[in-house]
Amino acid sequence: MSKKLRVATTSLAGCFGCHMSILDIDERLFPLLDLIEFDRSPLTDIKHCGPCDIGLVEGGVCNAENVHVLHEFRKNCRILIAIGACAINGGLPAQRNHLDLGSCLTEVYLTEPGLLHGHIPNDPELPLPLDKVHPLHEVVKIDYFIPGCPPSADAIWKFLTDLIAGKTPELGHGLIKYD
Amino acid sequence: MKDTFLLDGSTIPFEPGQTVMQAALAAGHYIPHLCYHPEFKPHGSCKLCTVKINGRTVASCTMPAETGLQVESGIEELNALRRSLVQMLFAEGNHFCPSCEKSGNCALQALGYDLEVHATGFRHLYPDRPLDASHPDILLDFNRCILCELCVRASSEVDGKNVFALSGRGITKHLIVNAESGKLSDTDISLADKAMQVCPVGVILPKRAGFSVPIGERRYDQRPISAQALDDAPRQTDADGNCAACEGTP
Repeated sequence: MSKKLRVATTSLAGCFGCHMSILDIDERLFPLLDLIEFDRSPLTDIKHCGPCDIGLVEGGVCNAENVHVLHEFRKNCRILIAIGACAINGGLPAQRNHLDLGSCLTEVYLTEPGLLHGHIPNDPELPLPLDKVHPLHEVVKIDYFIPGCPPSADAIWKFLTDLIAGKTPELGHGLIKYD
Repeated sequence: MKDTFLLDGSTIPFEPGQTVMQAALAAGHYIPHLCYHPEFKPHGSCKLCTVKINGRTVASCTMPAETGLQVESGIEELNALRRSLVQMLFAEGNHFCPSCEKSGNCALQALGYDLEVHATGFRHLYPDRPLDASHPDILLDFNRCILCELCVRASSEVDGKNVFALSGRGITKHLIVNAESGKLSDTDISLADKAMQVCPVGVILPKRAGFSVPIGERRYDQRPISAQALDDAPRQTDADGNCAACEGTP
């Protein structure tokens, strides 16, 4: 049997919904694990990405750390896939994009009721937010996109098995969804 | 013997005065389109329906049918152009399908599905387009407007009210409400108007009706837009209700 494909996954400005949908392929995970093995992923808790065949990235790019992680994935993954609405067009986090970041932080942490003696978080361990949330393809080259919020388990399964079989992945009616 | 032309090798009969689009749809042949609506005069602005006739690209919704035309539509060259148009429309507005109540009933989204558009690929503009929630029964969400002018045409041609118009040029072109205040509450639009029914995307929405049909059971969840559009097209039927133009098509 040929060597297993190495797959890394991560969630940037996402909600882990796409990762839940990956797990939702259920018992098909077993035949899938005959073909692939996981590198860096929330599923393995490996902290940094080694050379991989496929990288799956959920979520858009909303802060400095996201940029670093995305570059690490691009550097190490032969095929980089944006999975889910946020990775593809920024999604829900990008709905702040027409607003000024400073006014957003001021309103949330200073002027709105609820946070007594609130202040805008400034711990040096916190990654700095970017002024806009970016889809992945605006930061690095993305090879494939799996749309959906999240993509269904069937869509992810179809896409990955097409890709692993060496075919151009196609979703078709019922599997291709933007919502 | 009826007049006919060829569309992707199929013989399409037509009546005098019909456009290539009208004849094709009536004969059960789908050409992707967005600003065309069977009940309105063709507008020719979205260019999704672009076909090749004798090597030249033309909008099939405005092109009069003529005997002997050789029309190409379902070729990869044109579908690639159509994909780019859909992608540009997505990048130009704020189209967040997961939070849009028109999702599943949206023609732009359904065209994206049909053309296997997986991502926009362009830089998103994320424009600032405030809502108009002034009307008690109707919400306007300009974020999703694709400037098809169907609401403009419906309001002036059918409703006789002229509630909507387009203003500005080029990238600053936008939908406006014809009232001194610019607010929908200062117009005589009503829920029964034709303008309420024609928006292909999620701009003009009746309030308090958003999710009465659940996601997953909506128009384009059932069948792709290519099948739905054929159902919507006017057909010429004989006395028995059979469609002479569409033999061999369901």
